[in-house]
Amino acid sequence: MPTVTATEQTWEAEVLAADVPVLVDFWAQWCPPCRKVAPLLDEIARERAETVKIVKLNVEEHPAISRRYDVLSIPTLLLIHNGQLIDQLVGAQPKAAITALIDKAL
Amino acid sequence: MSEQLHNLIIVGSGPAGYTAALYAARANLKPLLIEGNEFGGALMTTTEVENFPGFSDGITGPELMDSMRKQAERFGAQLLTADASRIELGRIKLDGEAGELEGVKTVWVDQTPYRARAIIVATGSAWRRIGVPGEAEYLGHGVSSCATCDGFFFRDQDIAVVGGGDSAMEEATFLTRFARSVTIVHRRGEFRASQIMQQRALDNPKITVIWNSRVTEIVGAEGKVTGVALTNVDSNAPSTLAVTGVFVAIGHIPRTELVVNQLALDESGYVITKAPTSLTSVSGVFAAGDVVDHTYQQAITAASAGCVAALDAQRYLASL
Repeated sequence: MPTVTATEQTWEAEVLAADVPVLVDFWAQWCPPCRKVAPLLDEIARERAETVKIVKLNVEEHPAISRRYDVLSIPTLLLIHNGQLIDQLVGAQPKAAITALIDKAL
Repeated sequence: MSEQLHNLIIVGSGPAGYTAALYAARANLKPLLIEGNEFGGALMTTTEVENFPGFSDGITGPELMDSMRKQAERFGAQLLTADASRIELGRIKLDGEAGELEGVKTVWVDQTPYRARAIIVATGSAWRRIGVPGEAEYLGHGVSSCATCDGFFFRDQDIAVVGGGDSAMEEATFLTRFARSVTIVHRRGEFRASQIMQQRALDNPKITVIWNSRVTEIVGAEGKVTGVALTNVDSNAPSTLAVTGVFVAIGHIPRTELVVNQLALDESGYVITKAPTSLTSVSGVFAAGDVVDHTYQQAITAASAGCVAALDAQRYLASL
């Protein structure tokens, strides 16, 4: 499935209530390393459509969610499963590090 | 495709790498540029570049790098957006009569080898960490190396910038857009930053400086930074600065992990070249940019070095 854009309003339904592990990308327009991560996540969303849901959250538009999860640096990737935070990855990381993070929920 | 023998592979995609690719492409060498996943180099996390000649109104780092990238591509440089994982410089075979004959050089991207007659190493530098307790633990939770990325999260808060060079001045000045106060912590009694950058920071009413002090620990509570522990280098007096954010800008370390034990490096780990050329200790291998230069480290000097490396590589290839 393609990546999904979450908002404060849809966070519960798109992320917490999802029936597969969710990888959330906290990003913003002004953040150069976020632009490196985005295409990697598009690839992973295609390759692992069955096993993981990739969600994008714009920190500028939805600051309450970043505050709730203490996200103070972008890009940050949070892995959430059954509504619980499993693990996270800070900074623009190579694809292998991102898939290794996802594997922690499988 | 991957077994094709390239004339030239350039590893790294800052101003040095793209300029080398531009010159080599225009010389019809059809260079392969292995950019890395984080293409664009150190300039990708800077804001305004005001000292690159030709841009009288300034240009942002990412815009400058996008433009260099397009220019290299326009003349036929082949770009590969992936991380080089290993470099093999090949064996130097000594052939009695023909003299020195170079082995083919190989750059690996995971399991895929890319082979070339010549290589330009332009892998740049990585952020230097302070190396104190708490720094790794709070990375992403108050510790940052990218003011452009993370300044937003520290609106109306008190934060610290560690360092005394141009990038520390730039970050401190940029962060005053968000923060209530910015304290620059520097281990010496004067900055090494350029005069214009220093003055801009010192004139800013939101910025104060703590001189002659080392960071000994980044302290926090409940998963977030609450302050930095400092020690005065003269008196050894300890103190604590209450901040919620710490931006680390204490310079760079050369990224030589792919060539260590293969190229001669100086005691600080920079690649040694035969000035004023880009020739390294292995023939057919050239180096340019921040991986060589511990003195100037400017976008324009890296670009210049990239040009020199491309011309050196061109001459080398013509001599084979």
